[in-house]
Amino acid sequence: MDPDWIAGLIGGLMIGLAAAMFLLLNGRIMGASGLLGGLIDGSGRANAPERAVFIAALILVPALLSRAGIGGPALPVAGLGVMVLAGLLVGIGTRMANGCTSGHGVCGISRLSLRGIVATLIYLLTGGLAVLIARALGWAP
Amino acid sequence: MRLVFAALAGGLFGAGLLVSGMTQPEKVRGWLDVFGNWDPTLGFVLAGAIIPMAIAWRIAARRRASVSGTPFPEPPAPRIDRKLVLGSALFGLGWGLSGLCPGPSMATLGIGGLPFWAFFAAMVAAMMIYGYGRGRA
Repeated sequence: MDPDWIAGLIGGLMIGLAAAMFLLLNGRIMGASGLLGGLIDGSGRANAPERAVFIAALILVPALLSRAGIGGPALPVAGLGVMVLAGLLVGIGTRMANGCTSGHGVCGISRLSLRGIVATLIYLLTGGLAVLIARALGWAP
Repeated sequence: MRLVFAALAGGLFGAGLLVSGMTQPEKVRGWLDVFGNWDPTLGFVLAGAIIPMAIAWRIAARRRASVSGTPFPEPPAPRIDRKLVLGSALFGLGWGLSGLCPGPSMATLGIGGLPFWAFFAAMVAAMMIYGYGRGRA
């Protein structure tokens, strides 16, 4: 359990480096919900290939690395019904707020964007609330 | 070249999510579980991610355009509207219930099983419905 924070820091630096590359090389914000959402609702048609390639690599690389024994297993903390409910909330919420953890949290805060900071504070708060609700309802393992 | 850069950034993002533990929903739950068995890992992930990006914004400020020629995105108007507040609140609820946000939900598609696909499918459906509603409005 001890070296978890080191792995967290190293992984975090990689995430930040990826966002830095995407900004400096392609002039784009690395926001996962925005990149995906733009493909889904057609609002990102102008740079659809760039979005699709980014997402393909985002799915493929962890799958390959995981098979090579890197990282821990992805184990669900909720049942199917709760996962569907959570997916709906995340899908609507991130499109409405125009960003998620990567867009508002990483790219927004690092730019000292007021919107990014406020969005992050709000979703940390309701995220904590959701954990309490899940436990009260017996949805936590 | 843009597509190669996009693949590199997407791949590195995915690798970072895997290494940091963000693809393990119990870590996210642990970070949000302030009144329970609090796990500070995610704090290190966020701090680690913000540092290179803060440097990147400084570099961007001194250049006219990105390497590909696309101009850098303008900062959004610092407006806190209802959509930002309500949307972030809904997103946080879903994030806390599942321990998944959009990036990790895609990074786990090849690792996790059916529950991760269920989350992803619901998220895509919601984005479609929201986009459709907005298109009509």
